[in-house]
Amino acid sequence: MSRALALVALVLLLVPAPADAADPPRASDLEAELVCPTCKTTLDQSDAPIARRMKAIIRERIAAGATAGEIKQELVDQFGPAVLAEPPKRGFDLLAWLLPLVGLTAGAVVVGALAWSWSRRRADDEEPVTAAPLDPALERRIDDALERLER
Amino acid sequence: MAGRGKLVAQGVAVAGVVALLALLVWKVVAGDSGGAAARLEAGDSVAAPALSLERLDEEGTLSLAGLRGKGVVVNFWASWCIPCKDEAPFLQEVYARERSRGLVVIGVDSQDFKQDARAFMKRFGITYPVVYDGKGATLGAWGVVGFPETFFVDRNGMLVGERIQGGVDVERNREAFDRGVELALAEP
Repeated sequence: MSRALALVALVLLLVPAPADAADPPRASDLEAELVCPTCKTTLDQSDAPIARRMKAIIRERIAAGATAGEIKQELVDQFGPAVLAEPPKRGFDLLAWLLPLVGLTAGAVVVGALAWSWSRRRADDEEPVTAAPLDPALERRIDDALERLER
Repeated sequence: MAGRGKLVAQGVAVAGVVALLALLVWKVVAGDSGGAAARLEAGDSVAAPALSLERLDEEGTLSLAGLRGKGVVVNFWASWCIPCKDEAPFLQEVYARERSRGLVVIGVDSQDFKQDARAFMKRFGITYPVVYDGKGATLGAWGVVGFPETFFVDRNGMLVGERIQGGVDVERNREAFDRGVELALAEP
């Protein structure tokens, strides 16, 4: 019983606690997830005038209690979806997430098929091992010896 | 059977390479070619690209096509752009002066916050129509590469004069600006 309790405690320690939904978003996180529309780099990497203005707006909105999703949506409404550093995981943009996985899977299948085909060809090329026939006199002596042992 | 599978795989691979090459060629040929500004600078006769956007100075949308018969100055700007602040009073003055001759100045506010744009318009007393293109969707077709940039459209909807890059009302481009206005207002 005590062992089970210890196991549960260990699991609880190892599993990270879910983020509190009421936690305000961090400006630095949002600045890494949003792109400056003029220089096309993330806000945290940009010192362009519009990037500075966007950073100020993000801080204003955080102070006003807006969530990360709301702030991102407001900026998308102003500047379009290209303002997001990562494409949304829906609609046509989902392809940006799926295509690399499809490519990796296809690559793995091709490599696996080639490896299988290569190993099979090598196996076919190898000479089959055939045992040489025993000398009849020797075979008879072995049979006799086995018979004596069984008695 | 194995030979047929190999042929199919080869066919798929070749088709993939051909598709990627076609995409590359298409991007080079039809991609960002400098827009209308590049064709204008090459000396071509160029129709002004379509412009139909939400207004910031009042409700509704404004379409360039709806201004056929008038000379139009199209000025791309943003509130965070310093030369845009310098030229704004001049553009307002030109609009007030030449309006009776049939000239319209249109400000296209781009890659900007609406509230910042409205504050800018109030600060500089702008009364000419201003439309909003936050996403910069029109920039490619016009060939705009920075702010501000100014184009002139004649009464037939054709680009005339030269594209002015940078703020107007400075020594190096004042003459080009005045010539652009006169070409835009010329009777067909």
